[in-house]
Parts: sequence; C-alpha cells; structure tokens
Amino acid sequence: MMLQAKNRVGLVFFPAYDWAISPNHPEREERLLYTQDQILEEGLFDIEGVVELKPDPVVLADIQRVHFCVPDAWSIATESHFISAGGAKTVGMAVLERQVDKGFALVRPPGHHAMRVAHGSRGFCNINIEAIMIEFLRRKYGVDRVAIVDTDCHHGDGTQDIYWHDPNTLFISLHQDGRTLYPGSGFPGELGGPNAVGYTLNIPLPPHTSEEGFLHVIRHTVRPILDDFKPQLIVNSAGQDNHYTDPITNMNFSAQGYAELTSLLNPDIAVLEGGYSIEGALPYVNLGIVLAMAGLDYSNVREPDYDRRQIRQSEAVTAAVKDVADLVLSCWRGRDQLRESMLEKGGSHRRTRRIYYDTDGFSESQQEEVRLCDACGGALRIDSVSDRGPHVLAVHIPRKACARCRKAGQQWYEQGAVKRFDRVFMQDGGEDKFIIKKS
Amino acid sequence: MIIGLDVGGTHTDVVLLDNAGLLREVKVTTDASDLFRSILKGLDAVTEGVDTAAIRRIVLSTTLTTNAVIQNTIPAVGMIVSSGPGIDPEHFRTNPHYVCVKGSIDHRGREVEPILPEEIEAAAERFRESEIRQVGVVGKFSVRNPAHEIRIGELLGDAFDKIFLGHRVSGSLNFGRRIATTYLNAAVYPIHKSFFDAVLNSLSAKGMHLPLRLLKADGGNMKLEASIEYPAQTILSGPAASVMGAVAMAAGDEDAIVMDIGGTTTDLAVLVGRAPVLDPHGIAIGPYRTLIRSLETLSIGMGGDSAVRWRNSRLTVGPDREGPAVLFGGSVPTPTDALAAVGDMSADDCGPACIGLKPVADQMGISVGTLAGRVVETACRAMLAAAERLTAHINGKPVYTLHEFKEGYQVRPRSVLVLGGPAPYFAKHLQRLTSMQVRVVPRWQVANAIGAALARTTCEVGLFADTEQRVASAPAENYLQPITDAYNLETATTQALNLLRVKALERGANPDSLEMEVVESQQFNMVRGFTTIGRNIRVRVQVKPGLIHGYDNLLRSLAAGGEPSA
Repeated sequence: MMLQAKNRVGLVFFPAYDWAISPNHPEREERLLYTQDQILEEGLFDIEGVVELKPDPVVLADIQRVHFCVPDAWSIATESHFISAGGAKTVGMAVLERQVDKGFALVRPPGHHAMRVAHGSRGFCNINIEAIMIEFLRRKYGVDRVAIVDTDCHHGDGTQDIYWHDPNTLFISLHQDGRTLYPGSGFPGELGGPNAVGYTLNIPLPPHTSEEGFLHVIRHTVRPILDDFKPQLIVNSAGQDNHYTDPITNMNFSAQGYAELTSLLNPDIAVLEGGYSIEGALPYVNLGIVLAMAGLDYSNVREPDYDRRQIRQSEAVTAAVKDVADLVLSCWRGRDQLRESMLEKGGSHRRTRRIYYDTDGFSESQQEEVRLCDACGGALRIDSVSDRGPHVLAVHIPRKACARCRKAGQQWYEQGAVKRFDRVFMQDGGEDKFIIKKS
Repeated sequence: MIIGLDVGGTHTDVVLLDNAGLLREVKVTTDASDLFRSILKGLDAVTEGVDTAAIRRIVLSTTLTTNAVIQNTIPAVGMIVSSGPGIDPEHFRTNPHYVCVKGSIDHRGREVEPILPEEIEAAAERFRESEIRQVGVVGKFSVRNPAHEIRIGELLGDAFDKIFLGHRVSGSLNFGRRIATTYLNAAVYPIHKSFFDAVLNSLSAKGMHLPLRLLKADGGNMKLEASIEYPAQTILSGPAASVMGAVAMAAGDEDAIVMDIGGTTTDLAVLVGRAPVLDPHGIAIGPYRTLIRSLETLSIGMGGDSAVRWRNSRLTVGPDREGPAVLFGGSVPTPTDALAAVGDMSADDCGPACIGLKPVADQMGISVGTLAGRVVETACRAMLAAAERLTAHINGKPVYTLHEFKEGYQVRPRSVLVLGGPAPYFAKHLQRLTSMQVRVVPRWQVANAIGAALARTTCEVGLFADTEQRVASAPAENYLQPITDAYNLETATTQALNLLRVKALERGANPDSLEMEVVESQQFNMVRGFTTIGRNIRVRVQVKPGLIHGYDNLLRSLAAGGEPSA
C-alpha cells in the first residue's frame, strides 16, 4: 500500500536554520522547524514520486537578469538569498527537464515584495526569487508565456512591479485588501503598464475571507483567465499567511482550503512566500500543498483546532468577494480595448512613485518612463534615488524588444551621464547582458 | 580470542583471531533450511582443539531475521496505530491485524485527541481470538510524547508475550517507518529469541559459556541480551560485515569506496576516515522502509556470475544471474568466464570458459578474446559508475543551514577496497579504468567474518527538549525529565552523552575506549508575538561504527599478508 504520487513532485527544502532578519523577527530561524517535523513525521519524502532536491545557489547573472541592485547585488542579497532563489531555480530546472512533473520550493527568505530596482529589504524580501527563477527558465529553456498566481495574503507588489510592462507574463495577486494590510497596494485598477494592460490583475479580498471566498475566486476568475491566457508555465507564489491563525493578517483560510486551491490552480511550480503561523498553520498547509501537487488525497489534513463553523465568512464578505471576482474577470475580458485606447496617443508614459522599504526603514523616489509600443513590452527607463544616497539610472530592454525599443533603450543608457548618476545600469533582456557605468 | 562468524547465502565464514593475528579461518556450506546447524558447524570447526575458555567474545552476523522477513515466514502480529489527522494510516499498513484507533498528538507533543480505552480493549480481544502473541503499538509523534503508546501498552495488559512500543524502537521522526520498524521487531521476536536460546543451550551443552554478540546493519554489534528487545536491528547485517572487514584496510585520512563483489551483485559503501557513511533514514527490506540504522550502501546487479548475453544488438552483462559460470558447470557465460578467458585464472580454466563464451562471440561476429575483454570492461565500468552514483548521492544530500551549505563535507574517494570471491581478478581490471587506487582487502574471502569479529558496539541517542513545556526527553531511552528555563544546548548535550554512555555499556561497549560524538545539535528560540517563550533543542549523539581497540598488531599482520597461524 506504499503511497505513489500521481504527479512526480520535486521539493527543495531549505529552512536556513542559521539565518534570521533579527532574533524576534517573524522571518527567523524557527520558521520552518515545525514544518520540517511534520513532513518528516508524515514521511513525505518516502512517498514514491516525491523527491527532495539539493538547491544550487543562483549566480550574479541570475539576479542581474531581473534586478537593478543598488549599489550592487552583494549589498542587497546575502548568502541565504542566493540559496533561497537557487532553491526556486533548482525546482524550476527539475520541472523543465522533466525530472519531475511539478516542483515546490519550500525556502526562506521570501521574495515577492522585491521590485526591479532594489535598494534594500521590503516586506522581509530582498530579491524576487520567483522572477529570478522565471527569467532563468526563459533564458535556458525558451519558455515564453508564464502565469504567476500570488496567493500570499500580502499584495505581491514586487512581482507586479517587475512584470508591470510585460504582456508575456500574466500576474494575478489574491490578497487581503490593501486598505487593511501592508503594503497597501493591489487594487483592481492596477492593471499593468500601457503596453501590457490587463496582464496584471489584482483581487483584493476583505478581511475574514474564508475557504468559500478563496475557492470562488479561483474557480470563477483565476481558472477561466488562465485557460484564456494558456501559459506554458504556472507559478504559484504560495504564501501561507491567509491562514486563520496567522499573527500578522486577518484572513480565515485553512490547510484544507490551501490544498484545494493548489489542486484547482494546478501550478507547475510553487514557491513559498510568507506565512508566519509557524506552528498552527505552516506544518499543515505545507503538507496539504505537497499532497495536492502530488495528486494525493489530502482530505484528512487539518489543523488540531480546525473548526469549519468558526472560520466561516459572513454574507457581506461573500458578496464583496463575488463583486471583485466579477470585476476582475471583466477587466481581463476588456484588456485589448483598454490597451488600444492607452496606446493611441503614442510617445511614452511616465509615472512617479515613492517606495517604502519597511524592513530597512527608508524610502526611494522613482521616475519611470516607458516607451509606448504595440510590438513589445517597451523600453523602460527608471531614475531612482533613495534616502540612503545612491542615485541611479536603470534602463531595461525587454527580452523580446522590437528594434525601435532596443535602440531607444541603448540611447537612454548612452545619454545617462555619470556626473548626474552614481551608477547607470542597462539590463538587455534580448542579449542577456547587464552593463554598468560608474562615476 | 574473538570469533567472527558471518552467515552468507552460500557460505558461512568463520574466523578465530587474537590481537596478534588471524588464528584460523573456516568456510562451511550454509544450509538455508537449517541456519542453526550451519552456525554450530562453523563454530565447531573454528574452535576444534582450541581452549574455549580463552575466547572473549563471539560476534555473529546471521541471515535469520533477514530471511524470515524476505520469505515472510513470520507469525501473525497485532498492530495498534493511532494517527490523528494527516496521511491516511492505511497507507502504512504492515499486516492483516492492523487496527487504526483514535488519539492524536501534535508536532510539539501536545495531546490533540485522547485515546479511547474501549477501542484498545476491543482490538486486544480480537488479537487474542486470533491467537496473536506479539503486539506493536505506534502513535504519530509518539517520540515527542509517548503517553498514548504507554497507555495503550498498559491497556493491553499481560495477555501477550511481548509488546513493542514505537517510541522505544527509534527516537527519529517518521510515522510510517516507525510503524514498519515496530512491526518487524514484533514479527521477528519469537524466531530470534527461540533461535538464540537454542544456540546458547547448544553451546552450553558443549561446555562453551561464551558471551554472544550480534552484528547490526550499521556495522556495530550488541550483546545478545540487548538484541532480544530490538531483534529487528539484526536484519541486513551481512553487507555491514563486509564493509567492516574493509575498514581494517582503509587509510586513516582518506575517503574510500568499498566494493564487495559477489556472484549476483556488487555491494558498495563509502568510508570516511575509516568510518562507514551511514544512511540517514534506515534500512529498506522487502516492502518495509524502516528506522533501523544502517550503512549507506548501493547494490547493483553485477557480479562474477552475472549473465552475459547479446540482445537487440547489444552486449549485456547482468543484472540477473542464471547460475554459476560455464567454467563451474553453468550454461550461460559470465564475467568469471571472461576473466578466465583473458588469462587471469589458471590455464586449465581457459578452455571451458572459452567454450562458454563462444556462442555469444559468434553472434557478435568477434573473437572470444575480444568478447572476454569487453565483458570484463563492461562489468568494471558498471561498478565504477555505481561508485560515482553513490558518492554523488552522499554529496547531494540536502542540508538545512548556511553553515553546512558552505562547510559541509564532500566525499572524494581516493581508493577502492575490493573484497568478495572474485575480488583479486576484478581489481586489476578496475585499476586500468580509474585514477583511484584499487586495493584488494587481505583475506578477501573471509574479510566479512573479520569485520564482524572486530566491530565495536554502536548505538545512538536522540534528545529533545522544550523549555516552554519544561521537559527534556529521549523517548527511545525511556527518559523523560522536567527541566527549568536554564536548560540549554550545553546541558542537553551533556545529558545526551550521559544517556549514550549508559546505553553503550548496557549494549556491551568497552568503557575504556568509548568514542562518542555529537551528530546534531540545534537550539531554536521559540518566539511568539515578539517575546521569546522558550528554547526548542534537538541533540543527537552516537557511538559511530568502527573497529574495537587493541587489534592494531592483527591489522598489521593481515596487511603484511599474514596467514592463519593455527
């Protein structure tokens, strides 16, 4: 009666037992300890078809393919970030090389709040481990269309930022309403830049949303959109802080719910993000996710204090969830029209932002300019300065840039004066090159 | 003097040795249907004319329990399993009388759901009706809190010969393996006990009152008395005997591959600084995966008698065996025939071996000589590839800290130690294909028995402490102690080493040369909200497998090519 997985699942487990942001921080050594106890006791690695993979750390080029680290990658990413991102990359490679059918990177620290320009740590994140994995898989295996579904309780603003202008990456984030939780963004009106409008979708959910609400959104909105988009790869940013016991959020989701969500979403790759109920939630949620990915029965996975009636959502929550689910679906369906109207005027599009680095406690000011383009994601120019000092110009040429955007990007880089900026960077997605000018 | 005896599938190898050298070596044919006779025959032969009063110990490695499990000649056993939420415990079913009951403990050892005494009593009643004599009791997370298992044991009362509690068979987490391990202990218990009672009686009748020890799968031994409580630890001790035999020949500061080349298989293991690398989980036998500590080994279907064929335009060697080499009366050619044909054995052997190889050579349209060379090379390459796989597997084990990630030991074997029947013939050809130094273990045909004789007593202790719950426990040692806030990693390590010392001496270790080591020591601050509420501490200590002290002269004499002297 040995358990046999229906899907082969590759797992990287890297709990970083000797690394913490600070001793009492939620992102501390102890975080995955009870998860390890639970998966060892359940014998997860003895299931036929479930394999544990040892992660290879990422290399500098993997990070530079995604980020402009200020002043450099070594100042932003510690060794544990290299391994955590490497865990995602290892899992992704195992999936793309058909060594396994699906993969789950159970790693820390997380990454979904890390944006394209990274001056420090935001929301416990320094580098974006999903984006680093995805861009590596694109480069190495020629993967093109990727969907990321972020089910962490916090808006995945870092991943959103990185893929804001990319029509080949569909980013959908489900999270607790930004008016009630960090980072305070992720509203349905945030739909992506003009060249990629509709390929960023935000589904804010009211506090106390329970299994019914989450699963409604997946069935009613996320699944149909994924079926339309037809991604070659579905990545789940599998944060576990929607759990009813999480200490820093206000949702009512459960291990059963997470397992069911995973089963419906059917991701190729899941990457752990947040989740800080380290005893009451993570051991059970992770068990549920792995069993669901393996295609095994998870009906008997539940928390010791689980009581469906206690966590049931109110009718008001149900109504609000339905509304936002419908709204986002209609945004998706109207995306082409919206894009046409935004591209009509031609030229370029600018926005100015202030970005707060809560973990490190400072702010960044950004002026972003993207070339309006109906042929590619558009050349992107970011002028960024932080309270900490460094002032940088970052130019991004998309992976599938058209000739005109490529030229525009190169010009921006050449014109970037080292007198004005401490650093001028260019990320050339087409050539897979990263170059720097310093004063 | 020490006797080492290793029961193999075809031969039982016995040696008598003392600290000066090998005194006697004997090979007797194993009668699989009567191991008892095989053992006594071997002991009689090796002690003939020897003053048995001077024999300090006998170490036996037998296939008794291994065969019982593989051939499923084990009695009906009752299993009571309490799981709680998680994977359906039906998936861990070991046998027909397997009863799942209520009761649940969580990962920190807190009771989630109590057991129901009437359920246990009903199960006991059914077991009695089925004339079951042994019962195993296993709860999920019982190594964090054994209260449910202990209570179930009490409820079962005196109605059974022996009750095995899961938390006593191993301190490690892994519910399914704990169930299988507990089951195997309960299942082989009566066979093991009556067998060794008979061996002892029979030795007594001959006036031999000798302390018996049994070899375990981890390459260490334990006293017979201790084995009665943990009989399953004797399963699969055979491969360990050979590896311990090779340890004698390993240099102290280098990593080495051990290759035990048999008729059907070649079994590989790795030595680091004269200590075999252990499997972090436990042995797998038949359908059972266990928590029984063992060496990390890899077995491939390539040996002296592997079948040589030309199939689908490909030359294949193994993985099966159809019988002995043509040279020794078989009908299908083998690497042994190839070794004879390339001129490695006596000239007389070449004729029959070449006749055996000829049909395959004809099919391939090449000469017998060319074929023989290719067969030998194919076999050697398979063995070396397996060595690489095993090394990669050991080096590829996941680690969970940055420190281990950076500093973790990487095995880099520099030599290959070969033993088993055809060892010297293969060694020469292996050497041509590898940059590692290939050495034949002295007395390669009985090195396994030497390994059994010289193995030290091994054991391990796992200790877990939780200062919030104010308890330190080593469940497998039946140790549970209230603690204070001051309890820390250092206290825990000292405590674990004390427990290990007591356990090792009980199992038969020499107190004057006890080599204990810490294999895991972790301490976590438990933070809830923003307050530290306690420390969660895990320590694992062991006596690692190795050779007993005081036999360096013997080892030197063997290395120098010493022959049995008596």
